[in-house]
Order: sequence, then structure tokens, then C-alpha cells
Amino acid sequence: MKRFLAVACFLAALGLAAAHAVLPDEVMADPAKELRARNLSRELRCMVCQNQSIDDSEAPLARDLRLLVRERIAAGDRDEEVIDFLVARYGEFVLLKPRFERQTLLLWLVPPLLLIGGGFAVWRRTRRLGTDESEAGNRPLTADEEARLSALMAGETAPEQPPSGRPAASRISAS
Amino acid sequence: MIAEAGHYALVLALALALIQSIVPMLGARWGDPALMNVARSTALAQLLFVAASFAALVTLHVTSDFSVANVFENSNSQQPMIYKITGVWGNHEGSMLLWVLILALFGGLVAAFGNNLPLSLRANVLGVQAWIAGAFYLFILITSNPFLRIQNPPIDGRGLNPVLQDIGLAVHPPMLYLGYVGFSISFSFAIAALIEGRIDPAWARWVRPWTLMAWIFLTLGIAMGSYWAYYELGWGGWWFWDPVENASLMPWLAGTALLHSALVMEKRNALKVWTILLSILTFSLSLLGTFLVRSGVLTSVHAFANDPTRGVFILLILCVFIGGSLSLFAGRASSLKQGGLFAPISREGALVLNNLFLTTACATVFIGTLYPLALEVLTGDKISVGAPFFNLTFGPLFVPLMVAVPFGPMLAWKRGDLYGAAQRLMAAGVAALIAVAVAWAWARGGSALAPLAIGLAIFIVAGAVSDLVERIGLLNNPVAISLRRARGLPRSIWGTAFAHAGIGVALIGIVCETTWNSEFIGTMKPDDVIRLAGYELKLDGLSQQLGPNYRELVASFTVSSGGERLAAMTPSKRNFTARGASTTEAALLSRGVSQLYISLGDPTPDGAITVRIYHKPLVLLIWFGPVLMAWGGLLSLSDRRLRVGAPKPAKALRGGLQAAE
Repeated sequence: MKRFLAVACFLAALGLAAAHAVLPDEVMADPAKELRARNLSRELRCMVCQNQSIDDSEAPLARDLRLLVRERIAAGDRDEEVIDFLVARYGEFVLLKPRFERQTLLLWLVPPLLLIGGGFAVWRRTRRLGTDESEAGNRPLTADEEARLSALMAGETAPEQPPSGRPAASRISAS
Repeated sequence: MIAEAGHYALVLALALALIQSIVPMLGARWGDPALMNVARSTALAQLLFVAASFAALVTLHVTSDFSVANVFENSNSQQPMIYKITGVWGNHEGSMLLWVLILALFGGLVAAFGNNLPLSLRANVLGVQAWIAGAFYLFILITSNPFLRIQNPPIDGRGLNPVLQDIGLAVHPPMLYLGYVGFSISFSFAIAALIEGRIDPAWARWVRPWTLMAWIFLTLGIAMGSYWAYYELGWGGWWFWDPVENASLMPWLAGTALLHSALVMEKRNALKVWTILLSILTFSLSLLGTFLVRSGVLTSVHAFANDPTRGVFILLILCVFIGGSLSLFAGRASSLKQGGLFAPISREGALVLNNLFLTTACATVFIGTLYPLALEVLTGDKISVGAPFFNLTFGPLFVPLMVAVPFGPMLAWKRGDLYGAAQRLMAAGVAALIAVAVAWAWARGGSALAPLAIGLAIFIVAGAVSDLVERIGLLNNPVAISLRRARGLPRSIWGTAFAHAGIGVALIGIVCETTWNSEFIGTMKPDDVIRLAGYELKLDGLSQQLGPNYRELVASFTVSSGGERLAAMTPSKRNFTARGASTTEAALLSRGVSQLYISLGDPTPDGAITVRIYHKPLVLLIWFGPVLMAWGGLLSLSDRRLRVGAPKPAKALRGGLQAAE
């Protein structure tokens, strides 16, 4: 269970796109601080770009923001303080991962609720199916289909013969 | 003249679609075979006319007829021939024409190869196809006509968007559309089944090959697009959770769920209502994807169409088809009885679990993609939902799914034995633990969870292998007998194993690339040497070169390892004269399945240049995985059990019909 939980957290901790637009003159001298800056940059949006983080974007604004993040880190801000500073300045739009708030309640809650709700529905269904032993009844075959079925059954004794009068086979396969 | 002919052919196709959307369905209602058979001829004729229309547009592009607006805007006389051709669908109008061409192609295929279908079902399926086709012909003719002329033809065209001038454009959109549009068949089958009020395992057997075919193309299309972005955009990223990528991921997730639930329906006559719903949802998501991309409602790197009238038109199509099909579903679903009982721990149960996670993942992508849009419309507030959100929500949903993957094929239908399955997966589990230990010992830096993820990936691959090993009895029989059994094993078993192993393979690539990727960002002057991940990269020099329709700055690197020269790499920056735009052409060097990746930044005044060099370990596995999955799909597709009506497997056919009783 522990291992499972650990794995469950894994992808969360992973930035999937490892793309970088950071320029050499931006890099901070302290590798630990630079790493913090990089991690923060991945969560901040380049607002003039289309769905790019400031870590990815080569736009001048992204560069300004990267420098700003590093400035705040150099000034001794904690990560949350840097984020707060940027949100105060540019609004929620700058965050690629919206905060959990009244406005984003549905966004964050729908996936887990759906999983739980779906799981519950499945559980109830299997329980009900378990007690309900009656096999479902389908519409009976039409006369035509009965004829085709018996032709098929008869055709089984001579398998090379196409059972119905129709052109033999469908070749849906890999075309 | 050619343009007018192409335009006219499209109008004729619309007329045929209108006939096809009414006559065969009336025939099916009245039981009139003559009317029902109309569908076959009209579907084939439609294909002919749309193909003619498409051929006309290709001809116009190839001959650089700049009196046609579409050619003027997207082509240029200097452009290489391949990009003149691919430029046909590198723009809104042309890509919509490709969309309907593929739709007509699938309709034609059903008409040509659907002889084994009951006549009324075929008539209804083709009728529904014609509704979709008709709506999109109208859309093209009214809002996006690619054959419009310009009054005073200019001398030369503006050229194709430089980012699109790549071989990727030749493959990616057609593949993706074959996938997207291919799901229209399962949609039409679902609607036809609802109209007829009749659905049985034979239905699932008819639908599955089409779904599988669409799924294979979509899988390859998405993987191809991802690789294209990886080398073309010059960031070395391969998945950005861009709305347009999400638009293709959603039908893929739903389609994957559909493949699995159709399996339950075919084998056990269960999950009928759910399978029908998934068929509808999958194609609805394809339509939604088309809307998101084509309307330009989400501004993103891919959206090159920006015209609200188009958006409203597609939105209308979307509402009519999704709303209509869901209403029909709501009205008729209760009359479809459920059958096939099963215990929670069983193959069916595992497939239900698969569906639960896949649809939740799909819903997560859906809400993440559309939430900012909805919020802005409703409250005017702008928020962003990007990669960090999706990684946080999508990842945890996929992990349990991946843990469950090897168990599925090990469980028996109806009532499975979880303990037994776990025992049979013991070897895979041990392999996974060894992988974790090795990765742990070998890894320097990076997330502590990465070795666990590697273990999970190995578990999936080893689980797929042990399923095969067990089925052919490799451990209990002489090799010769095992080989014979391996040949006798149904192709779909091989398909399952390959497709499942593909997930694990892709996961290894993803984890390695994101965790142990090393990089160098800096300026280099000629003769500078950089050491990265055991390689020495020497910048030999910079040069200006002239391409067919661009000028480029090329940097030449020599790559060596331990003093031995390995290869040359030449990343470049291109400037396109026709559009005044530039692209970064990264240089890639594959070493096994790992890659060195160099992309150029801007030159500095003192003769140096900014470079970004990455070493991406095992990165190619990210795309090799989906290729394996598609190969697995292909194997399954070639399984003779799926070829319904083929005279040989009379037993299988009888099984299907018996279950239908």
C-alpha cells in the first residue's frame, strides 16, 4: 500500500515537459536556488503566449518574468511568497495550476468525485446483478434471421461453403 | 476550371449525402431492400466525388494556381513539391476537405465491405454517416470554401507556415483524422442500433474492427504529432497538455475504453448500454476536438483558423449531433436489457475497472481543457489550466490503471481468481522489484519516485510477457511444442500482449526523459567543447546557407565519446523569405534509444551563439511504446475471429449468433 501511494504521487512530482528557454545570463549562481526558480517557472504562464510556461517560452515577457522570479528568490522570498507576489501583480491567470478556491472548486473536485461516484455505481451494479439472476431477454430473431442461422448451422458441416447466398467474406482486417 | 470542378463535385457529394441520409433509412423502416440498397451506391459515389474534389485542390496547389485564395495564402512557387502537396491540408479549408474525404472513405469502406451486415443495419449506419457528412459538406461550402477565386491574381503566394514545412505534416494530420473520423463508424453503428432498438454481441463484433482501426490510426497520429513537436518546436518537450493535444487525447482515452467495453459486450453480452454510450461519446469528443481546433476558440499553437462564423457553425453541428444522439440514447437505452452476469473479480470486472479509470481520466482532461473557457464566459475571470494541473490529476488516475493492466488478461471471464492471477504475476513482480533496486542504485539525482515508476513499467512489460509464456506453456513443454502453440495462439492474444507492453515501454521512456535528462544552456564560440553525459560536443563553426525557400544559419558540431569521433550534428535556424518567419531546426543524434538534442538560440554580437544541448536518456521509448500499441492493435485486427462472416471460422460465427438469441 505504501509503495502504491508512493507511486501514486510520482507523476505528480514530475514535470512532464522538460523544455527550457532559460538563457545563460539568467541562471542563478546557487544551484539550489536555480532549481527552485526552474520549478517555479514551470508553474507560471507566459501571459502573451499560447499555453506556454515561462520556462518554455522565448518571449521577452517570459524572460522578464523569469528574471523577476529569480529576483524574488534572491531577495529571500519563499516559493509561496514568489507566487503570491506574481498573482498580486498579474492575477490568477499567471498560474498554470489554479489554486483550490471557490471558483475552481469544480475543476479540482470533478475528477475525484467522478472516480468515487463511478466506483460506487459499479459496485452497486455488480451487487444488484449478483441478486438478480434473471438472464436478460432480447428480441426474438426474425424469420429471415432464423433462416440465416439455420443456414449457418448447416453450413458448419461444409465449412468451405459460404452459408448465405451473399458474396463470401468481409475483409475488414488490416487494409 | 479545375477549382470550379472541385467545387461542383463537393456540391454533388452534398446532394448524394442528402439522398443517402433519407432514402435508406426510410427503406429500413419500411423493410424495402431496394431503398436500403441505395445507401451502398450513394456512399461509393460520395467517395468518388469527394475524392475528385480533393484531387482538384491538390492539383491547384501542385500547379501553384494563385488565382485561388487558398493556394495564394498557403503556397508559394519556391516551395518544395512535398510541401506544396502537404500544404493542401496545412490550412483550415483544406484540412476540412481532408476530414470529409476520410469520412467518405470510411462510408465507402462500410458500403464496399459491409456485405455481412444485416441489410437494415447497413442502411441505417450509412444513413447516419450521411447526416454527419452532409453537415460537414454544408460547413465547407458555406463557411470554408477552399475553391474561392481572387479577382486580381497575385504573382506569388504567401507560402505555407514555416513551422508546418516538415514531413510531419504529411503524416500527422491524415493519421489523426483517420482516427478521429474513424470513430464516426462506431457512432453510426450505435445510432443505428438505437434506431433499430436491437443490440447484441454480433453488433459488438461488427463494430470492434472499425473502432480498432480508428484507434490504431489515432494512436499513431498522436505519437507522430508528439514526436513532431519534440523536434520541430525546439524546446525538446514532447507533450504540452496543449488544448489541441488534449482534443486528440480525449477521443483516444474514450476510444480505448470503448475497445475494452466492446470486448465485454462481444464475449459476454454485458455492458451494452455503456458500450453504446461510449460509442456516442467517443465520436462526440472527436467532433468537440474538431470544434476546438477549427473554431480557434482556444488560442494555441495549432489554431490557425480564427473566424467566429465557423465556430458557431461547428458548434451548431456539435449541439445537433451530440444533443440528438444523447436524447435518442436517453429515450431508448432503458429498452436495451443488460445480460451476462459476472463477479466483481473477473475479466469483465477488470475491464470495467479499466473503463472507470479511462473515462475519469478523459473527464479530467475534458474539464481541464474547457474549464477556463467556461469560467471566462460565465464570470469573465481568466484562469489558466496547464501542465502542472494535468500532471497532478491525470498521473494518479493512470497509476492504478497501469498496476491493474497485467491482471486483466490473467483473470478468467465470469469469475476470476485474483490470488491465482497474483501468483502467476509473481515473476513479473520480482522483475519489477529488481528494476526498482537497479534504478535506485544507478540513479543519480532526480525524483525518488522515478525508480518506483520504472518498476511499474517493468511490471507491465513482464506481465504481458508472462501471460504469453504461460499460454504457450514455455516452461512446461519442449521448445518445439511451445513454438507450435505460439503459432496457434489467436492473434488477438498477441495483440493484447503487445499493446499492454507498449504502455510499459512508453512509461520507461517518459520517466527516464523527465528524470535523468541532462542539459547544457550557454553560449559557445567556434572550437568550444562541451561535455555532457559522457559525450564531448565541439562547435566547429557557423555558416550561412541557402535553402529552396529559406536562408539558414547552420552550426556544425562534432560529437565524440572518449576521444572517438561519433558523428556530426548540424542544428540550424531558418529564415523564411515568403513569410518573414523563422524556425529552429534542432539536430538529433540517436544513440540506441537515447538522444542528443541541440537547438540554437540567437547569435551574440561577438560571434558566439546561444545553444541548448540536451541528453535525453531512452527518450525514443516514449514513441516506441505507442508504435508497439498500434502494432498490437494491428495484430488483433488481423485476428480471423474479427472477420465476421468469413466462411472459415463457422464456430466463432455461430457463437456470436447464439449469444444473440
